Amino acid sequence: MAAMKLGDVSVGDTMDDLVVDVTPTTVVLGALASRDWRPMHHDHKFATERNGVRDIFLNTPNQAAWIERFITDWTGPRGRLGQMTFRMRDSVFPGDTMTFSGSVTAVGADDTGCGWVELDITLTATASEPTGNQSAEPRVATTCSARVAVPTSDDDNPWARRGDQWQPASEQRTR
Amino acid sequence: MTADEESTDALPEDVAELIGRPQYPQTASFAVERSFTDNTLAATANGNPLYWDEAVAEELTNGMTALPTTLSLWMRPHYWEPGATGEQVALKVHFDLKERFGLPEAVMTDNTLTFHEPVRPGDVISHAQVLRSVSGPKTTKLGTGRFWVIDIEYRNQRDELVGVESYTGFGYRREDA
Repeated sequence: MAAMKLGDVSVGDTMDDLVVDVTPTTVVLGALASRDWRPMHHDHKFATERNGVRDIFLNTPNQAAWIERFITDWTGPRGRLGQMTFRMRDSVFPGDTMTFSGSVTAVGADDTGCGWVELDITLTATASEPTGNQSAEPRVATTCSARVAVPTSDDDNPWARRGDQWQPASEQRTR
Repeated sequence: MTADEESTDALPEDVAELIGRPQYPQTASFAVERSFTDNTLAATANGNPLYWDEAVAEELTNGMTALPTTLSLWMRPHYWEPGATGEQVALKVHFDLKERFGLPEAVMTDNTLTFHEPVRPGDVISHAQVLRSVSGPKTTKLGTGRFWVIDIEYRNQRDELVGVESYTGFGYRREDA
């Protein structure tokens, strides 16, 4: 993984896409790994008959984990997530191909000198073939705004920050 | 279409009284374990050496840490445990609202995760749930129901804040139900 530093990043930079074919195992593995036992993430009949969707679907914590992987693949291990806000617009089902794409929306340092990169990330799902009322056109399943700390120099390590030196919430998102 | 846009004036009194009040303070029944983090890494094919290589973890974080996005995992109840009755559910406030408003289905639409002190193997996490807002009736393509926002504050056994999770849920009844 690359040792990204703040000076390497500019607004408008794009991240390399991450493309993943989703299988029933992807969905069930992710749900159980996040200790989410709810049936719509492993029981086809429940998902289709109770939830009215075409199949079991990825759960929220697992989507967060996929997005975290996408971000830290890009930053390398010194990248430290501060905050993620994501919105699920559509579900991700077995048979879909997930494509994670992202771009840099802001670069800067806070009052403590911590370097921050803000990202807009989109998870697009594309079905392998039309199913019922679901077309095979790519659809935006999830959008995410993320804030990740990256080193400002070779000596800097965002993970070493503690207490007041770590301000993970962006001001506009702080309640 | 966010619950924040809605006034709580029209809410039933018993629901309005819950806004801003910590509910269901709870401490996990098990300590943080690296194997749970490994399951999430495996489920997402995440090769970040910070979570696989103890030397990297020692250099960057003074030892192994849990993947930040596993935050909610540490408070999720076992599917069954001795003495428990009924289905064990996380985010109890969410399910309370479904029941209170008679909304059989629900989805989570928005989720904000804020990560503070790293979570480490051996930590024992506690949390409380805080209802922030409930919308008036809304109709979406899923059905008719209400949006609500619930915050969960997570702390470790030293009372250090390790993360805050904010969920927007939509409880609904399908139009064809």
